[in-house]
Amino acid sequence: MSPQPSTAAAAAAGDRVPLGSRRPSVTQLSRRGGILRHPVFWLTLVFSGLMIAVPLHGNNVALREDLILVAVAVILASNLNLMIGYTGYVNFGHIVFYGLGGYVGLYLATVRHWNLILAALTAGASVSLLALIFGAGILRLRGAYFALATIGVLVAVNSFVSNFDPWGRSTGMYVSFDSYAPLGGPMRALWITYILIIVVMALSMILSLAIKKSKFGLGLFAIREDEDAAVVLGINARVFKAIIYSVSAFLPAVAGTLMFYKNGMIDPSIAFEYMLSLEGIVMLMLGGQGTVVGAALGGGLYERLRSYLLTSSRLSNFHLVIAGGLLLLVVLFAPGGLIGWLYRLVPRAKKVIE
Amino acid sequence: MIDGLLIGSVYGLAAMGLSLIWGVMDVINLTHGAVIALGMFGMYLLFTAFHLNAYLLLLPVIAIGLIFGTLVYWTSVHWVIGRPQLSSLLSTFAVNMIIIGAGTAIWSTSPYNVNFSLPGFTVGLYTFTGNHMAAASAAVIIALALELFLYRTRPGKAIRAVADNREAAELMGISSTTVLALAFAIGIALAAASGALVSTLFPFTILSGGSYQLKSFVVTVLAGLGRPLGALFAGLLLGLLEGAVTPFIAVSWIPLIEFGLFVIVLIAFPKGIFAKAAA
Amino acid sequence: MKRFTLTTLSVFALLLTSSVAQNINIGFTVSKTGALNVDSLEQYRGFELWRDQVNAAGGIKASGKNYKVQFVGNYDDESNVKRVQQLYTRMILQDNADFLFSPYSSSLTATAAIVTEQYGKIMLTSGSAEGKTYTLGNHYLFQMFAPATEYLKGVLDMLKAKDPKATVAFVYEDASFSVAVVTPAKAYAQQLGFNVAFSEAYAPNTTDFSAIIDKVIAAKPNVLIGGGHYPDGSTLARQLYNHKVNLKMITLLVAPDSPQWSELGDAAAGVVVPSQWEPQTAFKAEYGPSGADFAKAYTAKYNVPPSYESAGGYACGMILQRAIEQAGSTDTAKVAAALNATDITTFYGKTKFATAPNEHGLQVGHSMVLAQWQRDKSGTLVKQVVWPLAGKSANLVYPIH
Repeated sequence: MSPQPSTAAAAAAGDRVPLGSRRPSVTQLSRRGGILRHPVFWLTLVFSGLMIAVPLHGNNVALREDLILVAVAVILASNLNLMIGYTGYVNFGHIVFYGLGGYVGLYLATVRHWNLILAALTAGASVSLLALIFGAGILRLRGAYFALATIGVLVAVNSFVSNFDPWGRSTGMYVSFDSYAPLGGPMRALWITYILIIVVMALSMILSLAIKKSKFGLGLFAIREDEDAAVVLGINARVFKAIIYSVSAFLPAVAGTLMFYKNGMIDPSIAFEYMLSLEGIVMLMLGGQGTVVGAALGGGLYERLRSYLLTSSRLSNFHLVIAGGLLLLVVLFAPGGLIGWLYRLVPRAKKVIE
Repeated sequence: MIDGLLIGSVYGLAAMGLSLIWGVMDVINLTHGAVIALGMFGMYLLFTAFHLNAYLLLLPVIAIGLIFGTLVYWTSVHWVIGRPQLSSLLSTFAVNMIIIGAGTAIWSTSPYNVNFSLPGFTVGLYTFTGNHMAAASAAVIIALALELFLYRTRPGKAIRAVADNREAAELMGISSTTVLALAFAIGIALAAASGALVSTLFPFTILSGGSYQLKSFVVTVLAGLGRPLGALFAGLLLGLLEGAVTPFIAVSWIPLIEFGLFVIVLIAFPKGIFAKAAA
Repeated sequence: MKRFTLTTLSVFALLLTSSVAQNINIGFTVSKTGALNVDSLEQYRGFELWRDQVNAAGGIKASGKNYKVQFVGNYDDESNVKRVQQLYTRMILQDNADFLFSPYSSSLTATAAIVTEQYGKIMLTSGSAEGKTYTLGNHYLFQMFAPATEYLKGVLDMLKAKDPKATVAFVYEDASFSVAVVTPAKAYAQQLGFNVAFSEAYAPNTTDFSAIIDKVIAAKPNVLIGGGHYPDGSTLARQLYNHKVNLKMITLLVAPDSPQWSELGDAAAGVVVPSQWEPQTAFKAEYGPSGADFAKAYTAKYNVPPSYESAGGYACGMILQRAIEQAGSTDTAKVAAALNATDITTFYGKTKFATAPNEHGLQVGHSMVLAQWQRDKSGTLVKQVVWPLAGKSANLVYPIH
């Protein structure tokens, strides 16, 4: 699916790409009619709608609890995809956006009594801004050095928050129950939060799709293929990278606020869980990095596996072994993940499933 | 301060393995932390089984480390050597997850202890525990042994040759695959040895390797790649830094300082502070 | 024919249900693995002993019906906050828990409390002393332990009587429980006129205390107070001993109460622990077994003497049982009312819960004792109650070296 570097770079840099005399493919159609015409867009809307309607209709709280974890996994994997799959920069510390967004948002919503949505959006914006600033520094590094630097950022932020008094240091912050009052009490608040998370999930997927179909996205792919060549062809790699790093922080930060509000508490050990960050990478590779559906698929499947093993006393950490094994197989033999394998089986799927 | 130097030599030993592998085959070994933890458990199992002097048991730990390293090399690293760095990062990381998952399933996350103590000696109010001093000495001895190996023996020189220029080495008749496997195995064995030493100092779990892996990254980045003694010195430096800073601020700020330093050094000196001029 | 079969079957069903005991499902998680496993297992054994004794006696009797106690869940929370939330949600939504017991430790309990309050279920908490959780506006939490503010008062009063000019150092875990204990203690120490020479919190999961010990040595205190739970407490004690730090008294939280503490050998001797209950304390039980009977049954079943975590666990079950009997029902609102009205002395001590909305569930009846590990005539390490003076079983050893 990734176009040749020169075409991509050329297209992103502004030259026109001739569409040719063949009937326009779905991808080209969408470029003309925008992503609103794209099947994946509608798939996302339908799927999100179902995820809201089904548990709500039956007041099925147990199902809701399962699905919310799936939604968070999809959000994290999709936004991580923007860095790894599109731009080719491995972010090992991705979870720092989620955790930091959780802290900022929870603080605003419960200590300062802001409206929840406003708090979440502010958390998203502030974490994105921080990402832009940090990114400007570490995005100068390439490849593995960048990956290590992202771990450094995660550990440093964890350490800072663990010492930061207003946010409860290592103990963290616990929400009092009257914080749920503005939303009508805990039961109602949990449903509202759930719906908001599904909305964020849908936005993550649509954002991934929109970027992929845009000139900006082509530029990112060019950077992934060969950064130096892309620069030579006129792409401002530094700006592109900084923007995508910052963008990939926004929705996870919003989701962080919502999730930690739902959970009623936050502390450094659960906000900045290193393993969760790494599992995001597994989800992505499993599903198929660089594709929108792949991120969602990988996130959903992995989360179900993990939940399934949760209550088994022998196997509760076995998901790590299985995840590691799957990741190894994917890296060695099937770097395109599940979607890549699908593309090989059914080449025409490339035009429909992004 | 002295405590800082003592623990710093163990940091250095831990980093040597990472640095060697990185320098020779441009692979960042993300199993490093997990192997350190395995070294801790290796020492624990041997000690509970045989009740010998823990420092004698270091030798079988190193031997097992070599075998395990060869195994890991052939199953996951060999296939990704030529490929972009992302592949080797992910494949070693996958092995890391497998080790951590299996380790947690076997040993859980409850803390373990190797209850072996050497008498320490006291200077004024401060006592230096025997275990710390023995660990530091072991680390220095192993570092020197590695230097000797790399500079005075044929296999060692072969490793350095492949690190310098793989194609030229092959033209000279060196089987680069064997050499790479050997270098990787040594790197793993060093990590296991450092874990074994740490197990005599503090309680540990399968997750304890993580913080040592992070410190190893800091040390390796400070030292530059491939020169083991450089890693040892950088480790001592890090230990000294920790020792110098702690009297003035709460100990819990240390990780922030270390990793702030790490990121800054990475950005300012992409090739390491002590890197050789010739790549 | 069909109607006859149906009627017969329904009569059968009615007969069956009225003669078979119904169940009361109680859910909780245990830290079977992770840093809290030692302390959590002791609490679990308290739960288990109570359940076995209650069921052997026919179950909980309320309004003429017999209810057998059944534990649901009993999952491993791995000493991990995130798992606690997922597992308590599961126990309420899928495992049909009627009542909940807390996990072990203040932080895990605070997390579980969010879930139980969100779903409106009663939870009795043990192994959880931190008081802040009860100020967040709850309706169904009930604390069995004396709150954190009580822990170190006795130590400082005892020290004042013994050595009013002592210099004190606080070295404690940066986690909700220890912070909740040490913060008021620091203020009280200064109020009593002690010189607080050094005070620092270490990150949870710290295993290397040498840096902080060096700072302690430089500050030259006579007394060290702090710790957290079993792993850090035992490691701190061991490393203090290895570094030969010259202290006249060491008081650590939680860890020294475990029977496992004696494994530390010389490093264990002389350490003082604030305790929620000791076998030597002799309260007159208005309900439930006597202290001696409890200790005997526990030791017979588990081959070790009970620690206060076990006593607290047993007390959870015992107080819930009494509340159900008093309420005559398992309905949450009625049982909560009965719990709110509780004011009783058992082998564990006096139990009474605060009922004002801004501190609902806080334990206001229970008080604490101090125990110290001492070597008896044969050289074996045993725990003795040293405070309050009226109830002591031995004198405080001071200085310990």
